[in-house]
Amino acid sequence: MDFLAQVLAWFTAPEQWTGRDSIPVHLVGHLALSGWALLGGVVIALPIGIAIGHTGRGAFMVIALANVGRAVPSLAILGIVFPISLRLHLGFGFVPTLIALIALAIPPIVTNTYAALREVDRDLVEAGRGMGMGELQLLARVELPVGAGLLMAGIRTAAVQVVATASLGAVISADCLGFFVLKGIAIQDRPQIFAGALMIAGLSLLTELLFGRLQRLFVSPGMRGARGPTAFTEAGQVPREALP
Amino acid sequence: MTPPTEPFIRWDWIVANLDDIGQRTWEHVLMTAIAVGVGFVISFGLSLLIIRWRRLAAPIIGVSGVLYAIPSLGLFALLIPLTGVSLLTAEIALVSYTLLILVRNIVAGFDGVPAEVVEAASGMGYGAWQVLWRVQLPLALPTIVAGLRIATVTTVGLVAVTALIGQSNLGSLIVQRGIRASFPTAILVGALGSVLLGLVADLGFVVLQRRLTPWARARSR
Repeated sequence: MDFLAQVLAWFTAPEQWTGRDSIPVHLVGHLALSGWALLGGVVIALPIGIAIGHTGRGAFMVIALANVGRAVPSLAILGIVFPISLRLHLGFGFVPTLIALIALAIPPIVTNTYAALREVDRDLVEAGRGMGMGELQLLARVELPVGAGLLMAGIRTAAVQVVATASLGAVISADCLGFFVLKGIAIQDRPQIFAGALMIAGLSLLTELLFGRLQRLFVSPGMRGARGPTAFTEAGQVPREALP
Repeated sequence: MTPPTEPFIRWDWIVANLDDIGQRTWEHVLMTAIAVGVGFVISFGLSLLIIRWRRLAAPIIGVSGVLYAIPSLGLFALLIPLTGVSLLTAEIALVSYTLLILVRNIVAGFDGVPAEVVEAASGMGYGAWQVLWRVQLPLALPTIVAGLRIATVTTVGLVAVTALIGQSNLGSLIVQRGIRASFPTAILVGALGSVLLGLVADLGFVVLQRRLTPWARARSR
């Protein structure tokens, strides 16, 4: 009880709410990093996933990406990007963290988009073709609406992973919620460590919930009765049946 | 951080520190093995409970799902008030991350065994435990090993993060020797080393899976 009181005291102390290293600064930094990284990931990965999923060409790339994406530790990506970013005078902190997070967001979005389009019933696609739909129309009016649930599952996995990993940006001085944990460890301030952890965990669970909602919204009403996407998608894991 | 005269990779440092790099790689492997080993034992027990009493599935998978959703730095930090900045803290968090992956795959593996096969075995006079060990387990093996594979590769990556709570491994090469000491060579050795370790573990399990289930390969050809 004593410890929790100390944590509460930490949260309510005025220096946590104003100044360079206050909670608002690091929370905004965390959200900015995550938001831009997810946007960047979607912009890069969605067209690739759609192209491979629609044509069925280059599927081996998806599997390779899924395996490599899972095997490369996030701290390692950050570690590799950091010195290169310094060499290219892109600075430390925000830019290298952002690049690492984008790299992390790409595999789950590509693999799930690919799987989403591949899982669309071939008869549906052929029926569309028979009705005289062009390739783009097929994509926009058949494949994407039917695959929307699984596609959003990929974006959700990426979002959760990005928000979780953004904390590591504190290692290279990016503004993010990881700052409080690392500072707390450095000065042996356990209430601060715990408070930072609470914020990190809370934001992650919120992201999970928010994107879960979003995912359900994106499933078209005609598909709601169908088998929904699995609740928890492993990062970069392609559903078995989707693999060629 | 690097003066212009300093080369990006100092090969001489790598050669001079091969012993230290090897030591940290070994520590990395050891921490991963402990986490996956303990995680597997716990998960196997939990899975047997779920198979016996289905009602336990929702709470067990629910709790491990919440643990899984907490970011690594967050979970380490949540445990520090209880277990300090220690190896124990690191391992508790690492083990809890393996639970969701392993329990799901072990249960899915057992569920995938055709009911006819189980009935045939009981009909031949196998007891419940014999059916479990000699019929269900071998047939569930591909799915279980697939789970172990994902869990191990994930753990290799998470072990690197334990450097932030003072553990020595390839991650500490990145953080302490590299980033904090402004020395890119150590960063790259630690980063590439842990990537390589992840890929080797991944490949190792593919080979193990083929060895353990020769019939699956025969069928798919």
